Amino acid sequence: MQCASATLDIRDEADAADAICAANARGVSCAIVGGGSKSRLGRSAPQGQSLSTRALTGATLYEPDELVLSARSGTCLGEIEALLDEHGQQLAFEPMDYGPLLGSAKSAATIGGVIAVNASGPRRIKAGAARDHLLGFRCVTGRGEIVKSGGRVMKNVTGYDLSKLVCGSYGTLALLTEITLKVLPKSETECTLLAIGGDEAESLALLRRAAATPCEPSSLAMLPAGAAPLALDAHAAAIRLEGPAISVTARRDDLATRLASEGLRFETLVEADSKALWRDLRDAAPVAGRTGQVWRISVAPTEGFAVVERIRRAGAPMLAHFYDWAGGLIWLCVEAAPDAHAAAVRGAVDVGGGHATLIRASEETRANVDVFHPQPASLAALTRRVKESFDPAHILERGRMRAEF
Amino acid sequence: MTLLMPAPEPEIMSRRNEVIARLRAILPRESLIVDEVARRAYECDAFTMYRALPLVVALPESVEEVRAVMALAAEMNVKLVPRGAGTSLSGGSMPLEDGILLGMSKFNRILEIDYENRCARVQPGVQNLAISKAVEAQGFYYAPDPSSQIACSIGGNVAENAGGVHCLKYGLTTNNILGLEVVLMGGELIRLGGKHLDSEGYDLIGLMTGSEGLLGVVTEVTVRLLQRPPVARVLLLGFASVAAGARCVGAIIARGVIPAGLEMMDKATIHAVERFQPCGYPLDAEALVIVELDGTQIEVDHLVGFVHEIARDEGATTIRASTSEAERLQFWAGRKNAFPAVSCIAPDYLCMDGTIPRARLPEALAGMDRLAKAQGLSVANVFHAGDGNLHPLILYDASKAGEVERAENLGFDILRLCVSLGGVLTGEHGVGVEKRDLMGEMFSDVDLEQQMRLKCAFDPAGRLNPGKVFPTLHRCAEFGMMHVSGGNAPFPDLPRF
Ligand SMILES: Cc1cc2nc3c(=O)[nH]c(=O)nc-3n(C[C@H](O)[C@H](O)[C@H](O)COP(=O)(O)OP(=O)(O)OC[C@H]3O[C@@H](n4cnc5c(N)ncnc54)[C@H](O)[C@@H]3O)c2cc1C
Repeated sequence: MQCASATLDIRDEADAADAICAANARGVSCAIVGGGSKSRLGRSAPQGQSLSTRALTGATLYEPDELVLSARSGTCLGEIEALLDEHGQQLAFEPMDYGPLLGSAKSAATIGGVIAVNASGPRRIKAGAARDHLLGFRCVTGRGEIVKSGGRVMKNVTGYDLSKLVCGSYGTLALLTEITLKVLPKSETECTLLAIGGDEAESLALLRRAAATPCEPSSLAMLPAGAAPLALDAHAAAIRLEGPAISVTARRDDLATRLASEGLRFETLVEADSKALWRDLRDAAPVAGRTGQVWRISVAPTEGFAVVERIRRAGAPMLAHFYDWAGGLIWLCVEAAPDAHAAAVRGAVDVGGGHATLIRASEETRANVDVFHPQPASLAALTRRVKESFDPAHILERGRMRAEF
Repeated sequence: MTLLMPAPEPEIMSRRNEVIARLRAILPRESLIVDEVARRAYECDAFTMYRALPLVVALPESVEEVRAVMALAAEMNVKLVPRGAGTSLSGGSMPLEDGILLGMSKFNRILEIDYENRCARVQPGVQNLAISKAVEAQGFYYAPDPSSQIACSIGGNVAENAGGVHCLKYGLTTNNILGLEVVLMGGELIRLGGKHLDSEGYDLIGLMTGSEGLLGVVTEVTVRLLQRPPVARVLLLGFASVAAGARCVGAIIARGVIPAGLEMMDKATIHAVERFQPCGYPLDAEALVIVELDGTQIEVDHLVGFVHEIARDEGATTIRASTSEAERLQFWAGRKNAFPAVSCIAPDYLCMDGTIPRARLPEALAGMDRLAKAQGLSVANVFHAGDGNLHPLILYDASKAGEVERAENLGFDILRLCVSLGGVLTGEHGVGVEKRDLMGEMFSDVDLEQQMRLKCAFDPAGRLNPGKVFPTLHRCAEFGMMHVSGGNAPFPDLPRF
């Protein structure tokens, strides 16, 4: 790898603006680095220099009964979660820790990085993604201009919703300096109902049935037999229920009755075990511990199983997989190949619509294979115009998302 | 009148006949409204203070027709204003005299309901409520429920990012959309998202939502459907002061409860409502808080008890909990009738829509009182208290000389007050024409230029709904876009990619 030639510590917005203006003048591209937990995520595209947000730290506002928190972008996620925890609150979108999957340090993520990749966990189906919790931000754009958008209130339609745009932009539009999030109360308790013994398609259908009950599951995953962390002897559908204790128990009983069928056995994981399971699934444990390339695939829930079958039939050597989001999110580990079996994976997804992201692969593969799903020409052209409205000279994270910018 | 629209371009006006002739080649006769009397029906939206007669009204029926009209508008360099049901309260769909009004009312079909994937594909002209009606038999609904839901269109909801009384728990439009089909100026068709979550690449669905018809015309929407909770109950809480009511709202949330609805109204509104249609609101209260809790029976009963305790500790003077569905609806009836009720106590009212950090509510109300007195007017208040979204209703009489202007000035003063308290100009009604000239209160020139640059990425000629949202019109070239040809790109010595 061509090492980034220099790292600049960004201490405040003015620093960031100076650095990006200078980079524009010299035509040097910039990586934006927080904790570095996601440095192996995205296309591998060496940058001329690194801008580090590690000195840009600290919560700047936290009002628990207004459900709002602001922090500088380099603040550690762990620090924010600890602060929220003191008030019984949380980031409801459950940001994933990419460390274990990508072989980088655990718990290194900064809040800026979380937003930049729109990291969202198993609760996403009920509570929304990171993009649904970003109320506002301040940033320095690729033009070197200090810009703010949104605010600190829950409801705001004043001007374009740029929060949505920067979420998942992988630093290609702007260097985020300060982030304002909607935070939510933690549930009093949780449990997980495991329905063990169906085949893969049946277990997924059961998740969709559970989703259509009034039992309000907050996460719905399907673990093939043997999958970490449970390593059960049969396939299992895992259903998380959260809320007041009295309600969680009642809903669990109700669900078990509604879903009962021959050949299925039910088990319940109570609080601590349930939490541990969903933390592991959030971090993609069933595939993280395997060697091989990892894909993350988002499709309509009813398509999940068919997509996996198509990939299998297309001959991609699958090592491990599991489903989250009621079958709509597939984590798939395949035997490493220079092309990461992209044609098989993407071909399977394109039948019914969705996208496949290559999450873990060697630097070489991530330079040669499209890490993000290819776009139709008109969307690609619009995407590029959007990019250039923030960063006309392709200074920020050049090539990290798309080869053409 | 204080708000000025860009003057109609004589060059466009003079080509009106040619525009109509070209449109006739695209649309059947009945889909084009040319006659002046018929065009009058479209001269304003629900922000009725400002009106303009559209150049011509086009009512396309298919995506191909929309594309053809937008290609024509781009080719002839004519302005275009998209319109759904015309219920915008900020003038977003107000026509332009030199612009084609593109009415989406014929796009009124629900294309697909997919219960297993819990979503529906609908055309943009479908009424908000029609979606919930279509799926209610199966126990589903579409969550965002603006008060205008029997009239407004889902396309308009997307354009305004509409909210409703249940958005504290279930989110706004933006949190409930999975996919969009959009036609850009020039006729290009773009598909975003689908039935899956969180498409990678820039979140253009999120950007389109709330873009007030300035970026593209939405021709199809995929919405998320939710399972209707089996039980809902409402608590009515009366308080001796607005501050006490606001404190109770804060306490409910601080104790970890996110109610499905959390509304508040002041004494003026309580009295107006009770006079309009009695529904048992406490007339001695200075503030009324309505809390709706939903979920399974056991959970709702538990939470009703919990909130009851909180309200008692916070000194509520009235506490009543609904015990039947009929009673729940009765408790809501007053809130739902708040606007019509207020129109019975004053000849006219202007509905404002600021958001503030909730803790600043007492200050906001005191400030509003002061500002209203200065203009010799009064204000009734209903709030989406859970999220700090205020709807001050400015009472005035348009037949009295100068009152319209004073009402407008008071509206502006109130919105400035919201911003000074850490809030924003609009929580759900949009900027449109109404708040356009106040954008500078919230945003720097640089902030606004970045937003306008985005507009240029979608609509380089600036012909889609111009004169709305941004206080000044610029040509895209003034922003130094890289794709502007010639030597005026910002970093001419850099290699192009
Ligand atoms: C009595 C009353 C109560 C209301 N209550 C609420 C409320 O509780 N919450 C709330 O959020 N709003 C409320 N509103 C405001 C209004 O109903 C919403 O803003 C609604 O979303 C507008 O929908 P519409 O179909 O009427 O859109 P229109 O008024 O026709 O248009 C609104 C904007 O959307 C654009 N647009 C419309 N269709 C399209 C399309 N297909 N593609 C692109 N752009 C398009 C227009 O150009 C315009 O900028 C209320 C209005 C009234 C009159």
